[in-house]
Amino acid sequence: MNTELTRDDLLFEHAAGHLPEPIALVVDTHLALSAEARARFAACLALGGALLEEVEPEPLAAGAWQRLERKLERERALPRRESEPVDPRVPRPLRRLVPRGFDALPWRNLGPAQEVVLPIGPPGYRTRLLRLKAGKSVPRHTHEGHELTVVIEGGFTDVQGHHVRGDLVIADPSVEHRPIADPDGDCLCLAVTDAPLRLTGPIGRLLNPLLRI
Amino acid sequence: MTTTAPLCEAAPSAGLVIRRPRRLTAAMVEERDDRSRQEPAERARVRDLALVARTRDRDAFRRLFEHYGPRVKAYLRRLGADEDAAEDLTQEVFVSIWRRAAQFDPAKASVSTWVYTIARNKRIDSLRRDRTVLGEGDELDLEVDPAPCGDAVAEFNQMSARIMRAVETLPEEQKRLLKIFYFDEKPHSTIAAELGLPLGTVKSRLRLAIGKLRALLGDDRE
Repeated sequence: MNTELTRDDLLFEHAAGHLPEPIALVVDTHLALSAEARARFAACLALGGALLEEVEPEPLAAGAWQRLERKLERERALPRRESEPVDPRVPRPLRRLVPRGFDALPWRNLGPAQEVVLPIGPPGYRTRLLRLKAGKSVPRHTHEGHELTVVIEGGFTDVQGHHVRGDLVIADPSVEHRPIADPDGDCLCLAVTDAPLRLTGPIGRLLNPLLRI
Repeated sequence: MTTTAPLCEAAPSAGLVIRRPRRLTAAMVEERDDRSRQEPAERARVRDLALVARTRDRDAFRRLFEHYGPRVKAYLRRLGADEDAAEDLTQEVFVSIWRRAAQFDPAKASVSTWVYTIARNKRIDSLRRDRTVLGEGDELDLEVDPAPCGDAVAEFNQMSARIMRAVETLPEEQKRLLKIFYFDEKPHSTIAAELGLPLGTVKSRLRLAIGKLRALLGDDRE
């Protein structure tokens, strides 16, 4: 039996509302950037809709409708919230965490890459924006857990192929990969790992305690 | 991982891109009949939502509330909300439906899918609100548009009709497992204990049910 985590698993779990926040953020970013993913996700939501029709209804408290009607009395036209000017490069799901654009973030230099750790989610996850410089690679590494990456700008190549804007890349513990950014520009990604990565290349192994890529 | 299987009648939508089946099969004709049987209820709900959107029709809204309210509540209860929280959140879901009725597009989703999506988003929203420093009414940007764009719409409609039908025709046990998977968020081991089944059995049956639905979506793996 194939026990590998697939994108469909993630879409199903996400439609069911089960994903932890950091993983949900990656999947939402993927959805924001890929119409094809949205179509598949819509089908997963349709499954939720079908099951909602099937579920054994639970009677509402007495007076629930009257309570709702009182709420409606207070409703006026949906107030349009003034949307602050945001960097249009920032996909919608990331705007809360990146309110002033990618360039305003406190990037930390890691040599071939830069990173910003995003403050979200339960402990045990590492949620980062990574900027890999054009044509550069990060040290070869594997993961103790899964690493989910969605490409926001540019592209990179690893053992699984070439990935561009909107692509979701799932690396499980068996994948040893060494992403190389496309030569024509920096590659910006959102990445979540659910366990610290292990560097496996000859130099990486030495750097491991120092450089947590 | 297979890359070899060509499109065949049994799996009309294998592959990354969801393709339209080429020939009308008996199953599809049956499916169309089935859809036309379902239509009156769905049509009535679409009409009610349109009335809510256009004329703020309370009676139409009440009909929707009476049908979906207890279902939304059941969904929230199954996912662990207590009685009061489920009631409160159900109210929030319907305030949202009231506000957003004009955004519903029957070409893009069924009413139940639309309601499900709003309930799902509200639930996630409230879980995060509890955990983070967000204030009341500080809604997170969780809008996941249940509607695919452009050309995907026709395919999506076919696909969701197939899913609706597939769910209806799943064996009772698989349907129950799917419902547990979607609505109960329990670890597989808890599900197994409750059903008195070995963990491996639960996992493989769940995979089987999801696998069937996946086949309908067109398997993602290459």
